[in-house]
Amino acid sequence: MSKIICSAAIRGAQKIIDMAESSYEDAVKKFGEDKEVAFPNTAYFLPIIYSMLGAKVEKLGDMKDIFQECRSLMPPVVTGDIWLPYLAPALDAGMATFFAEEMYEAIRYLNEPDLYTATEDPTADNFWLGAADDVIFRKRGVEFVDGSAPGFAAILGTPKDPEMAAKIAIELQEKNLYIFMHDQTEGISLPDQLLKQKQQVGWGTRLVPFGREYTTAVFSIGFACRVALAFGGVKPGDYAGNLKYNKDRTFAFVMAFGDVSDEWYANAAGAINWGFPTISDYDIPEILPTGVCTYEHVVSNVPHEEIVQKAIEVRGLKVSVSKIDIPMSFGPAFEGERVRKDDLFMECGGGRTPGVEVLISKDMDEIEDGLVTLDGVDISDIEQGHNVPLGILVEVAGREMQSDFEPILERQFHHLMNYIQGIMHMGQRNIMWLRIGKAAVEKGFSFKHLGVVLHGKLHQEFGAIVDKIQVKLYTTEEGVQMVSDLATAVYTERDLRLGAMTDETEDVFYSCTLCQSFAPSHVCVITPERIGMCGAYNWLDGKASYNINPTGPNQPIEKGECTDPDNGYYAGINEFVNQASRGAVPEVSCYSLMNNPMTACGCFEAIAAMLPTCNGIMVVNRDYLGMTPSGMKFTSLAGMAGGGMQTPGFMGVSKHYMTSKKLFKAEGGIKRVVWLPKMLKDEIADKLKDVCADIGMPELFDMIATEEQGTTEEEIHEFLKEKGHPALEMETAV
Amino acid sequence: MSKSKGGCTSCNDITGASTKDLLNQDLAKQVRTAYDRIEDRGVSACLFGSGGTCCRICNMGPCQIIDGVEQMVGVCGATAATVVARNFARTVAAGTAAHTDHAREMVMGFIETAKGNTPHEIKDVEKLHAMAEIFGIETEDRDKNEIALEIGEKALAEFGQQQGTLSMLKRAPEKQQEIWKEKGVEPRGIDREVVETMHRTHMGVDQEYKNIMKQAARCSLADGWGASMLSTELTDIMFGTPVPRRALIDLGVLKEDQVNVTVHGHEPLLAEALCMAAEDPEILALAKKAGAKGINLAGVCCTGNEILMRRGIPVAGSFIQQEMVLATGAVEAMVVDVQCVMQSVAQVVKGKHTDIITTNYRAKMPDAVHMQFEEEDPLGSAKAILTHAIGNFKKRGDFYIPKDNKLDVVVGFSHETINYMLGGRFRKSYRPLNDNIINGRIKGIGALVGCEHYKYSDDVHYKIAVELLKNNVLVLATGCAAQALGRMGLMRPEAAAEYCGEGLAEVCETVGMPPVLHVGSCVDNSRLLIALTEIVKEGGLGDDISEVPACGTAPLWMSEKAVAIGQYFVTSGAHVIFQNLPVTGSKEMDEFIVNGMKEEYGACWDYEEDPIKLAQKMIKAIDGKRDALGINKKQDRVLFDMEMRRDLDAGATGQGIPGMGCGHK
Repeated sequence: MSKIICSAAIRGAQKIIDMAESSYEDAVKKFGEDKEVAFPNTAYFLPIIYSMLGAKVEKLGDMKDIFQECRSLMPPVVTGDIWLPYLAPALDAGMATFFAEEMYEAIRYLNEPDLYTATEDPTADNFWLGAADDVIFRKRGVEFVDGSAPGFAAILGTPKDPEMAAKIAIELQEKNLYIFMHDQTEGISLPDQLLKQKQQVGWGTRLVPFGREYTTAVFSIGFACRVALAFGGVKPGDYAGNLKYNKDRTFAFVMAFGDVSDEWYANAAGAINWGFPTISDYDIPEILPTGVCTYEHVVSNVPHEEIVQKAIEVRGLKVSVSKIDIPMSFGPAFEGERVRKDDLFMECGGGRTPGVEVLISKDMDEIEDGLVTLDGVDISDIEQGHNVPLGILVEVAGREMQSDFEPILERQFHHLMNYIQGIMHMGQRNIMWLRIGKAAVEKGFSFKHLGVVLHGKLHQEFGAIVDKIQVKLYTTEEGVQMVSDLATAVYTERDLRLGAMTDETEDVFYSCTLCQSFAPSHVCVITPERIGMCGAYNWLDGKASYNINPTGPNQPIEKGECTDPDNGYYAGINEFVNQASRGAVPEVSCYSLMNNPMTACGCFEAIAAMLPTCNGIMVVNRDYLGMTPSGMKFTSLAGMAGGGMQTPGFMGVSKHYMTSKKLFKAEGGIKRVVWLPKMLKDEIADKLKDVCADIGMPELFDMIATEEQGTTEEEIHEFLKEKGHPALEMETAV
Repeated sequence: MSKSKGGCTSCNDITGASTKDLLNQDLAKQVRTAYDRIEDRGVSACLFGSGGTCCRICNMGPCQIIDGVEQMVGVCGATAATVVARNFARTVAAGTAAHTDHAREMVMGFIETAKGNTPHEIKDVEKLHAMAEIFGIETEDRDKNEIALEIGEKALAEFGQQQGTLSMLKRAPEKQQEIWKEKGVEPRGIDREVVETMHRTHMGVDQEYKNIMKQAARCSLADGWGASMLSTELTDIMFGTPVPRRALIDLGVLKEDQVNVTVHGHEPLLAEALCMAAEDPEILALAKKAGAKGINLAGVCCTGNEILMRRGIPVAGSFIQQEMVLATGAVEAMVVDVQCVMQSVAQVVKGKHTDIITTNYRAKMPDAVHMQFEEEDPLGSAKAILTHAIGNFKKRGDFYIPKDNKLDVVVGFSHETINYMLGGRFRKSYRPLNDNIINGRIKGIGALVGCEHYKYSDDVHYKIAVELLKNNVLVLATGCAAQALGRMGLMRPEAAAEYCGEGLAEVCETVGMPPVLHVGSCVDNSRLLIALTEIVKEGGLGDDISEVPACGTAPLWMSEKAVAIGQYFVTSGAHVIFQNLPVTGSKEMDEFIVNGMKEEYGACWDYEEDPIKLAQKMIKAIDGKRDALGINKKQDRVLFDMEMRRDLDAGATGQGIPGMGCGHK
C-alpha cells in the first residue's frame, strides 16, 4: 500500500525537518549566522542541496532559505478518505528530508567534530567514518565510472544474526557493490556485526560505515550526487539531469533491516527520487508499479537468503560475476582488503624472500591450457610464519597475441590476486610481495589457486587475444631463481622497446571513451608519450584493448598531418575528437595547457593550472589536501577541469606525463613547471631529475617549489626570483 | 406535470438518485422538463436528419436524399455522400465556431488582464514562459505582463490570420505534423477555416465528399490545436493551472440557508469574477442583511467545470440537470452566458423567485433578466448580479434540496498535474504512465468526454467507465461526461479499489489518484491532445498519437462542439467512438468515416449504440494498438550492465581492458 508508505514518509519528513530546524536554531544561537559550515574537504558544499537547488550552503545563515524550501516542499498529511494524490507529495517530502538531514549533519560536524573518524578505515575506538571527502570520493568515484563498482547498497540497520549480516555483506561485495552502512536495528549496527565476524571494514573493502543515525543517509545520496556533478558534467541546480543520471547509471538501492520507522520511510521516499528503490526484510507494504525507479519502488518481506539477489533484480542491475573455482570469496570488493600483522599467516617476496612474477608468450603447441603446476611446498606443508620464495611464470599463446601485450596482461596480476579474499598483493615484477592471511588458509588456500585465478580471469578478459594459458608456480629457491633470470631478460628487452617509442614513431594514437558511461562528451587521446590522465591507460593498453574489442572504447586514430608540432595539433585527432565528443570539442591540442587543452572526465591523477604572476604552471595531485598557489584546492580545481569541458589554463594530467618529453611542450615544457606538492615531487623525484638533466638543467629540480616554499602565488614568485627559475624569463604564457 | 419518473415512454430511464428524488417531490412535479417535452412532442427524430441526408442548404429543397435510389438525389443532383459530408462539415464548423468565440473572449480578457485592466492577474508564470517559447517570444528579463500582452496579441492575431499555420501545431508529435503537412490540412487561421467550411458547403461549391471532409479536418484542427488550446492555456495562465483538490458535486451542494447562485454556460471570465465578488465583504454583508448566511456559488455545465477545476467550487448539476437545479426552488439566480443553456430554463422558474440572468449580448432569451457582463468592469458586473440575486433570497418560497445527494470528487487533473503527480517536483514526467502501459498494468487510456441528452439512459457514461476500469483502462474525462461520472462516485480515490482491474487499481493506489481523472471543461479537451502528445514524447509507445493505446468516446453527445472535438481527435490520430453519427445515410461517407480516414490520419471514427459494446470496442481498439506495439505479451525484465550504460549515449560500446581503466593501477 503506497498510501501507508506515503503517509508515513510525510510524517517522518515533518519530524526530521522539525528536528533539523530546531538544531539549526540552537546552532545559530551558539555560533552565529556567519559560522562556516561544511562537510570535510569537499568542493561540493552540502552536495544534495548543491546539486538539486544549485544553492551553496557555506554559512549557518545560508540554511534559512533551505529550510524555507523544505517547508514549501512539505505537503499536508494524507487524509483517511477522499485523499489527494500522495505519491508526488511524498517524493517531495523525501527530498525535503534529505535537505534537512544534510543541514542537520553539517551542524553536527560543528557540534561534535570528532563524531566521525574522517578516515578511510575505522580507528581503534570508532568505526563511523562520516561523509566521504573529495579525495576518497574521487578515488572511489572513478570505480563507478569505469564500471568496477556498478553502484552501492545504502543499508539501514542490520540483520540480527551476525553470521547472516556477514553473509549478506560478502554477497554484496561479490557483486562488486559498495556497502554504505547507516543506523542500527534494535541497538545493533551492521559494522558491529561485521567486526564481530572479523570482516575488514573500511573504504578498502567497500564496507563503509557512514554513521550511526539514519540522517547519515545523506552521505550515500550525496555521494551519488557528486558522481553526477564530477563525472557526468551535470550542472549544480540541474536536478532533473542529476536524478536521471543516477537513475540510469548509478545502480544503488536502499536495503532496510527490521521495523521501518516514519523517518526511514521519509529517507526511502527521498531515495526514490534518484531511482533508488528500497528492499526490506520486514513486513511492510510494497510499491510495485514501475516508473520513478526503473522497476519496483518498495519490495518487502524478503528473506535474508534472497535479499541481495532480489535487490539487484529490483534495481535492474546485471552483474556478470564469473565463478572462479577457489574456496575463498573473489572479486573487486576484496581488492582493497589488507592482511594485517595479526591476520598474517605467511608472506612471499617483498624483501622477506625472493619473489618474482612474469608473463611471456609462446607458441601454441608449447602450452597446455589450464595447466597449473607447483614446484615446491604448498601452504598446507608449512607452518604459520614460515615464509617461502615465490616465482609465478605465466605462459600464454594466442593467434592474436603480440609481445607488446605481455606487460598489459602481466599488469593484471596485481589486482587479480588482490581480488582473492584474504590475500594481499603489492608491487610487481621482481619486487612483488604477497601476504597470505590466516582466514584464507583456514578456508583452504593453496598457491595453486593463484594459478587458477590467473588462468580463469585472463582467459575471460583477454579471450580475444589469448587462446591458451598455463601457470607455473615455484616455491623452491632454484625454481624462483630460474623465473627471475628469465624475467630480467624479458624486462630489459621490454623497457628498451617502450623507451624507443615516441609520438613521432607511431602513426596511430588511441582514443579512450571508457568514461563515457559517466562523462558522455569526454574523449581522451592517448599517445605513446602521453598516457591517459587517469594514469592507468597507456598507448599499448589502448592498442591491446582495441584488439580485444574492435568496437570498444579504445579506437585507433590515424593522427594525420601534424599541423603544429609544439601544440600537438594533428588533423586526424581533431576530426576524431570533434565527432566522438558530438561536436562539443572541435579542436584539441596534445601538448598544451593554454590552447584547446584536452578535456577530462574527472578521474585525473593530477591537475595542471597556470599561475599568471609566476608565468609558470603548477601541478597538484589528487591526494594533496592543502591549498595551492592557484588559490584553489584540488577539489575546486577539479571542478574547473572535469566533466568534459575545455577550460584553457586548467587540465587533468597523469603523474606519468609529468616526466614526458611532450609535457606542456607548447608552453616550454618542464621549464614552465614552478610548483608541485612535496608528496608528488618526491614520488616522481628520480624521473624528474633525469628529465631536468636531459635538458641540461639538473639544477631545475631544486627550483621547483612545493608547499614548503609557499601556497600563494606571491610566495612562489619570490622563491622563483630567488632561485632564478627559467619560467620567469620565458615569454608570457597567458 | 412531470410524468418522466414513471410515465415517460419515449425517453430512457432516469437512474440519477438526485434527479429521481427531486422529481418525486410535489414541487418538482409542477415543472415541465425535457423528459416531458420528449413525450409531449410525440414524434421521433427525423430519419433523414439522423442519417445526415436532409439537405436544407438552398431553397430548391429541402431535399431528402436516399442513397442508391437514383430518383432520390437532390434537386441539384447532390448525392447522399455530398449531402452527408456537407452537413457533417457544417456541424464541425459550428462546433469550432463556438469554441472559437469562447476562446476569442478569453484571449481578449487575457490581453486586458495583461494591461492591468481587470481584477485578474497572470498567475501561472511557468506556463506563461512555456507559451512564450511556442510563440517565439523573448522572456528573459521581461515583466510577466509585458510577455503576456505579446502572447495575447499574437494569439488574437491567429484568429484572423489568413496565411501560414497556427503556432500550437508544432506542439504535436513530429510525425503527426508531417501527416498534416502532407495532407494539406494545417489550418491557416482559425476564423478562415470556419468561413471556408461554410463557403465550401454552400450550394454548388465543393461536391466531392472526401474533399469536403478534408476541409472538415482542417477546420477541426483550428479548434483543437487552435481555439480550444489557446483558451485552455491562456485561461490557465490567468486563473491558475488546475491542481488536485477536493470538491462536491450534485444537487445536494445547494444550501438551505445561503443565497444560491448557479453559474451556467462556458466562459470562466464571468464565473471567476463572481467567485471574487462572492468573497467581497460588502456583498457578504448584503447577504447577511437579507437573512442569508452567505453566498453559495455552484456551477452548472462547463462553467461549473472551470471553477470546479480551478477553485473547488461545487457543481450543482450538469447539462441534463439544468432544469433540476432550478426545480429545487432553492436557487436565487442562475447566471448564464453562452452555449448549452436550454431555453426552457426561463420557463422552469416561472412562478418561482428564481431569475435567469443572461449576461452576454450574444445570448439572450425571453423571460430572462439581462445584465450585461462588462469586460472592462468584471467585478462591478459580478457585484451587480450578486446584489440582484441576494434581493431574491427573501422571496424564496417552497424549496427542496436533495441534501444527501452530493458526492465527493477529487478534480484538477490538468496535463501539468498528471505530469507532477507521477513523480513529484523533481522527477515529474509521464514515464510511470508509459511504463505501466507498457508493462500492462494499465491497458490504455480511455477518454470519456462530451455532453448528455435524453435519448438514452442517463447512466451511459457510468456503464462505459465501469467496463473500461474493470479492464484496466484509465479514464480521462471532461465536460458534462465528467460530471456524470463524478455523480456516480468514480472520482473518489476509493473508487479505484472498487471498480478497477488489479493492475489499474495498483497504479491508482500507488499514485493516490481516482481511476477517473477530471481533466476539465469541453474546451479543455485540448489538454487531452497535450497528454497524448506527452505520452508519445516520453517514448516507448510509438511515434505518433495513432500508435498510443488510447481511444476516445463522447457518448450522449448533444452539441455540435462534440463533433468538432471528435473530428480533431481523429485528425490527430486518436480513434473515436460515438453512440451514433449522422453519416449513415451515405454508404460512401459511412465507409470513409469508419475506415477511410484511417489511411489519411492514422485514426477513424466508429459508432456503437450499446454502452457496454461501445466500451468493448474501445478496449478492442486499445488492444489492437498494444498488439501493434508488441507490448501485449509478457516482457522480461531488462537488467543493465556497464556496456548498456555506456550505450545510453551512443558513443563506443563494450569494454576496454577489464578491471583496468581509470582508477586502477
